[in-house]
Amino acid sequence: MTQFSISRSTLASRIAGLVALGLFAVLAAAPWWASSSFLHLAGEFAVYLALATLWNLLAGYTGLVSVGQQAYVGLGGYITFSLALFFGVHPLLAIPLAGLVAALVAVPVAALVFRLAGAYFAIGSWVMAEVFRLIAAQATALGGGSGISLPVTVTKALGAKWLREASIFWLALALGAGCLALVYALLRSRIGLALTAIRDSEVASTSLGIRIGRVKHALYVVVAGLTAMIGALISLQKLRVSPDAAFSVNDWTAFVIFIVVIGGIGTIEGPIIGTIVYFLLREFLADFGTLYLLFLGTLAIVVMLAAPKGLWGYAAERFGWSLFPVGYRITFKD
Amino acid sequence: MDLVNIILQGVLVGGLYALFAAGLSLIFGVMRLVNIAHGDLIVLAAYTAMEVIKLTSLPPLAALVFVVPLMAAFGYALQRGILNRTLGGDLLPPLLVSFGLSVILQNGLLAVFTADSRKLDAGVLETASVTVGGLSIGLLPALMFATAVAVIAALQFMFYKTALGRAFRATSDDAEIAELMGLDRRRVYAWAMALCLGVVAIAGVFLAIRSNFDPFMGPGRLIFGFEAVIIGGLGNLWGTLVGGVILGVAQGLGAAIDPGWQILAGHVAFLLILAVKPRGLFPRMDG
Repeated sequence: MTQFSISRSTLASRIAGLVALGLFAVLAAAPWWASSSFLHLAGEFAVYLALATLWNLLAGYTGLVSVGQQAYVGLGGYITFSLALFFGVHPLLAIPLAGLVAALVAVPVAALVFRLAGAYFAIGSWVMAEVFRLIAAQATALGGGSGISLPVTVTKALGAKWLREASIFWLALALGAGCLALVYALLRSRIGLALTAIRDSEVASTSLGIRIGRVKHALYVVVAGLTAMIGALISLQKLRVSPDAAFSVNDWTAFVIFIVVIGGIGTIEGPIIGTIVYFLLREFLADFGTLYLLFLGTLAIVVMLAAPKGLWGYAAERFGWSLFPVGYRITFKD
Repeated sequence: MDLVNIILQGVLVGGLYALFAAGLSLIFGVMRLVNIAHGDLIVLAAYTAMEVIKLTSLPPLAALVFVVPLMAAFGYALQRGILNRTLGGDLLPPLLVSFGLSVILQNGLLAVFTADSRKLDAGVLETASVTVGGLSIGLLPALMFATAVAVIAALQFMFYKTALGRAFRATSDDAEIAELMGLDRRRVYAWAMALCLGVVAIAGVFLAIRSNFDPFMGPGRLIFGFEAVIIGGLGNLWGTLVGGVILGVAQGLGAAIDPGWQILAGHVAFLLILAVKPRGLFPRMDG
């Protein structure tokens, strides 16, 4: 009889875990060793990593392809500013509150947009984001169509320049790493098994007793809350909200979709690879403006047609790599 | 009288929205494709018309003689070259590829034509109006509405009375059986997209006569067309006309209350109908 053992981790995944922890520790100390422009870039990186990870959780696992996640990015920013301006809430405390309020808002929104199936859900979620944007543009107390800046008095609550920059960076790092860790933990749990089953076949997973509707609904609400927290952070990075920027479909959804598609949809590693590729491209090509976006769109189409599972999916299939394993492997010893 | 006038104008604008929606409804009906670049293709048609007019100095509506075949040929090539490769059960590829296409079209138009807003000049047609029973009806909106009715009637006839329509319906019902009967599904899809972009060409020219346009107008038009499709009910071509009219009237009433409410009122009407009748008013098929 053959002997076998079951394991979750591999040598590569253990090394990846250690590298990730080491990287996190080094980055956490960045305010002491890095320049402010590095902190800014790293903060932005964390924001995109978190948004891509969350969008991937929705689209890659439950087939909820949302083109309207900018609704929650903008909502998070607007709630943070409202709390800080009208109720004197400390901006840092406003971030979790924004997440909570947005999650509550997402409950009825989900009830409505979930009536649209498949691809129509995508555009329905976009309509919702447009509704949010147009309502924000009507809010005269928050600057209407032209938006509003955070007053100096509120900015001062974040401390002096160094402390302010450091705390916003730490927040970005915490949210970026937090989202990644959360998704990793979620996918290794019972719910993760359900999500992976839904990703592979909705019909089969229903027959095994997974209540797809409930899982999707819960996931949508959680992702909305987390996306709003990232939106809140973005508003503090920029110290300003305006309807067109806060609810921008290009900035908060198009780029995010490209990142996930290029990196590899339906995997944890995909969004990480995608974010790295996106920032590299941006560093080299951003000067070309329009051409850069043309290139990014073309690259996404080529990847979708040639390697639908993205760069990471292609490599994982070919070489059997897995840095963040969520399944189990059986090793036979004979 | 004011209210009657607002509603009448809304109904007529609804014709334009129905033109946005008809092509969307057609390709969804035939191949279950939701083309996110639909609005950007409408804008592309507007720019194509602008170039044709520059070359030929034809009036805008006459330029359709060139714009419709050009857009239809582009649709055929687009479907055969790119979109056909994405179809095959999975929802993600067509959605994401058309999303990429949308970004490419917007930025391509921006690179070639800059962000300046343009308009096609249709001369007296733009201001001419007739007075019926104390109501002033603009000739252009009336023509737009009549065109929408004619286009939808023609599509309806084509779909149910011609060999091409039979091929569309057969492929829509069961693509594999249709192939066994000797239809080439890829070619059928390509004809459907060609037809869709023919309608898009008409929509684009009317859009460009009625208002200013710029490279980033596409997503808004996609959303109007989409709302008209859902309000009317999936797979129902006449339904898109009803959907367009409801959207147009809602926007008109919204604008009458406050100009900032125009677009929002249309979205709210859409969401209300979605909440009460999730499958639209006159559904013919399931999503």
